[in-house]
Amino acid sequence: MKPSVLSGAKPNAVIGGLLVGGLLVVVLLGYVWTPYDPIAIDLAHPLAPPSWTHWFGSDEFGRDVLSRAMLGARISVTIALGVVAAAVIAGTLIGAIAGFLRGWVDRVIMSVNDAILAFPGMLLALALIAVLGSNRGSIILALSVAYLPSIVRVVRGAVLSIREREYVEASKVVGDGALYTMVRHVLPNALPPVVVLATSLFGWVVLSESALSFLGVGVPPPAPTWGNMLSAARPYMENASWLSVTPGVCIALTLLGVNLLGDALRDRLDPRRDA
Amino acid sequence: MLSYILKRLLLTLPTLLMVALAVFFLIRLIPGDPALVMLGDAGDAASLAALRQDLGLDQPLPVQFLLWVEHALRGDLGHSILTSEPVSVLIWQRFQLTAIVVVVAVSAATVIAVIAGLAAAWRRDTPLDLAVVGAASLVLAVPSFWLGLILLLVFGLKLGWLPVVGYVPFSESAVEAALFLVLPILTLTITESGVLTRMMRSSAIDVLRLEYVTHARAKGLSEFTVLSRHVFPNAFAPTLTLVGLILGHLLGGIAVIETVFTLPGLGRLMVDSILGRDYPVVQGCLLFTAVVYVAVNLVVDLCYPLFDPRVTAQ
Amino acid sequence: MTAATPLLRLSNLRIEANVHPRARPRPPLLEGLSLDLAEGQVLAIVGESGSGKTMAARAVLDLLAPGVRRTGGSIQLSGRELTALSPDQMRAVRGGDIGMVFQEPMVSLNPAIPIGKQLAEGLRLHRKLPEAEIRRQCLEMLRRVQIADPEKCLAAYPHEFSGGMRQRIMLASVMLLKPRLLIADEPTTALDTLSQREVLELMVELARDYRVAVLLITHDLGLVAKYAEKVVVLEKGKLVEAGDTRQVLTAPEHPYTQRLVGSLPRRSDGRHALAPDAPVLLSVKGCCIDYAGKPGLLWAGPPKRVVHGVDVAVRAGEILAVVGASGSGKSTLGRAMLGLKPIAEGAVTFDGVDIARMRPEQMRAFRRDAQLVFQDPFSSLDPRWRVGQIIAAALRNVPGLDARQRHERVERILEEVGLGGFADRHPHQMSGGQRQRVAIARAVVSQPRLVIADEPVSALDMTIQLQVLDLFQALQAQYGFACVFITHDLAVVEQIADTVLVLSQGRVVEIGTVEAVFAAPQHAYTQALLAATPTLAAVALAG
Repeated sequence: MKPSVLSGAKPNAVIGGLLVGGLLVVVLLGYVWTPYDPIAIDLAHPLAPPSWTHWFGSDEFGRDVLSRAMLGARISVTIALGVVAAAVIAGTLIGAIAGFLRGWVDRVIMSVNDAILAFPGMLLALALIAVLGSNRGSIILALSVAYLPSIVRVVRGAVLSIREREYVEASKVVGDGALYTMVRHVLPNALPPVVVLATSLFGWVVLSESALSFLGVGVPPPAPTWGNMLSAARPYMENASWLSVTPGVCIALTLLGVNLLGDALRDRLDPRRDA
Repeated sequence: MLSYILKRLLLTLPTLLMVALAVFFLIRLIPGDPALVMLGDAGDAASLAALRQDLGLDQPLPVQFLLWVEHALRGDLGHSILTSEPVSVLIWQRFQLTAIVVVVAVSAATVIAVIAGLAAAWRRDTPLDLAVVGAASLVLAVPSFWLGLILLLVFGLKLGWLPVVGYVPFSESAVEAALFLVLPILTLTITESGVLTRMMRSSAIDVLRLEYVTHARAKGLSEFTVLSRHVFPNAFAPTLTLVGLILGHLLGGIAVIETVFTLPGLGRLMVDSILGRDYPVVQGCLLFTAVVYVAVNLVVDLCYPLFDPRVTAQ
Repeated sequence: MTAATPLLRLSNLRIEANVHPRARPRPPLLEGLSLDLAEGQVLAIVGESGSGKTMAARAVLDLLAPGVRRTGGSIQLSGRELTALSPDQMRAVRGGDIGMVFQEPMVSLNPAIPIGKQLAEGLRLHRKLPEAEIRRQCLEMLRRVQIADPEKCLAAYPHEFSGGMRQRIMLASVMLLKPRLLIADEPTTALDTLSQREVLELMVELARDYRVAVLLITHDLGLVAKYAEKVVVLEKGKLVEAGDTRQVLTAPEHPYTQRLVGSLPRRSDGRHALAPDAPVLLSVKGCCIDYAGKPGLLWAGPPKRVVHGVDVAVRAGEILAVVGASGSGKSTLGRAMLGLKPIAEGAVTFDGVDIARMRPEQMRAFRRDAQLVFQDPFSSLDPRWRVGQIIAAALRNVPGLDARQRHERVERILEEVGLGGFADRHPHQMSGGQRQRVAIARAVVSQPRLVIADEPVSALDMTIQLQVLDLFQALQAQYGFACVFITHDLAVVEQIADTVLVLSQGRVVEIGTVEAVFAAPQHAYTQALLAATPTLAAVALAG
């Protein structure tokens, strides 16, 4: 077996793509159909192990685990997309301004950025949620603020290094204005690291949102999130282990798919390919 | 070198100032009389008036801020609404436990990451490399609280080797305390080793490409010497930065581990105080964790020259 | 071992890249290389990029990169077959019998370890000596390679030294072990002209003193002419010619060797004469430029002056060469002439107008009339744009052109630079020489009156260099623009320029017509530069 096959660029994309694609299919499907109503209580069949009627079993209220997991997928994905969109848009604007203008604007932005970074993300999100309340909107806002500094840092770094490239200087030499250069030359070349970061960010947000739900400060019940499903499964760990396994596997597969896709993207966008 | 240290120290000051401002204002954001907020229902008229005097609520905001900072520097962070204990004492107690778990786990994860990352980079694109990268990717995808639950299920419930619930402080019995900590530390070690291994491997790959590595081989040095003396110091620097970031991040993220294993740590304190609207504790925790994070990264920055002497020159 | 056994004998060496068995078979990276190197001799392997010369050198020490391996041929050191050795035996040969010096001084020494430790490493491994003796030998060798203050050097880190000094430290490190063979892989390519000469002279001297044979890998024929007794010429992995240096360079037999020798820059007859009454186009008076100071604790340190009081005038149609070592300020001066770097004192005037005081419409006209060709063909073109767009960008600010006319001009200039039909390609699909031609096309398409070229051919192979230089000269003759040609290579100056300005540490050291300065250099620095330029020696040898 020759080494070159094992470099793994293709398998990453395939597996990652399959997993993420599968996730999206499940989410979209969930809008139109789930095996059971996720919040319908069925006290006749509590804690049923996986069978043909309940593929992943049922919880202590008789609710179908699979249906709840599907709804949970939708919640996690919508929150994650919201956070990624907000953080990337805001972060790119702020980072680009800081990197391009430099001077005191840059220093002020970076001081605020570092201050936000000084708080552990989880605590910052928790504190913001405590002030804003526990609903989808405030969770998105809290997580966006928590992850904003990383994007600002990456965009600023990319802009700073691209500014020094000779083709940016060349643009000045032919008489282009600063804004034109920024939009046509600097930003397009600064995007690849942001795209890679955005895919990783999606995964981190799913993880964070699940952790917040697990702690009891996520989207409130009766909405099922993977995090609060795991939390509710704790008393039944020994007897009904399927309740603990299913949500965890969902989170893990999502993260795995997103990470693999992100790796494949990074390989493809790696500037070293050009030389 | 001295100027490097001084410069790093000075750079932390604006950040600390911003942090203090943010924490101060966060609590003021909550609607209502700050003294009432801080005392909760437990306040009677006398203690409310005393606290108002203490916080200087009749004075302009900047003075209030300075008063608050002055209190904090003296170690007075107020008292918990729920338990009436001094916040600083509460935080310090909880922090010791959290610190043990975090430091031991991250150290172990770093050692694993260095060995696995170097080995994978050295034998790039071989089955060994694939295995390491695959394992790291898998580990990265597994949520720490889920892993903790599974380990608890297997080792605690099914096998009964380790205790499941609760905690015994070291002061009572060191051996028992250690047993309670094995699973949380193991969980955290596994989780963090994923991202550290990937970072170590990627920077080792970059370094292995450089000429001084070929030069070292051209001198006839053994592969082991080349890896340990020439590759490791240069490849470790970015991983060290990551370790600093992780240590800071874990001060918050540890809350989920502490919940799974019911450990009375700092993360759990933070969550409980937020859920219980115990604002003095919330404020104290935020300030404390942010200061620790800044301090940890400062230490990392100061260690950096050991691995990359070039930073002192710029 | 009889007197006839050469120190190093390569026979039919063959190197291939590892490919997947199901992928298309690729031609070998090197094949059929055979050479003999006697004790104390200097042999040069010459070739351009892709010739396989570096790989041949690495194969001797079995240090090939992971994706490449030796698939045939033998390597013998004094009759001992190196390819048959076990890894441990090979490690004993490395450093102990054969030493190697590398190209990039910036990354050839480990930045994390003090110099003393790196020097001592090899000694400790190959010779069992007490610590005091090791230290004494290190100090002595550092003195030998002319490092001032060897004691301090032992405790210092590589980043505290310049490129030239690092190469000397590398030499010291290798020579400490008194190997019988020294392989030097492009040891001076990354250094400027004067350092190049110092390091090579030192290397040859040390080799003579310690009776060490040298295998010199290089692309620079001038170095070969000056230092090597025998030469082997490689083209795309095949040996095309070999023999005595003098023989091969004066009477090359193979067409490739002839092309190589022919691409050495030389003065051509029949160059256009500069009209004596041409008006002054660009004038620089008392120009001083500062770099921002190093950031200190709370505020930046004092600014550092890098260009001191330069006076020069460029007339219409004149080609002025600006020559200096790296760090002399020549690039900075070139940027300042275009208003890209602020001037601390003095003035730059174009067509009589001070560029620092130009009104917006005057500035726009200036940007059409004055253009820049950059040095690095890889980073001066936006990787996301197509070639046609890149060149058309230069026409964006030219008034009175509609889209169709712009398109025509772009097509026309692409034909003129020999890249007809390349408009839809991306830069990464083209070679270095082709990219540089795009850069030139971009600079010339708006028909400027002044073109500043900042080391436009320094990053190119010799044969490509000649092509690009010829192209540049042809375009200049056709369009008649004035040119400021920045370079460190005096041979190029001789080929292309009318007047030359020599810069040393930001000051004008000499200025005059090329004939005058080359025939009778006044300043000591110019004299040293002329003496140190190896290509001129080769030309003297060949012509």
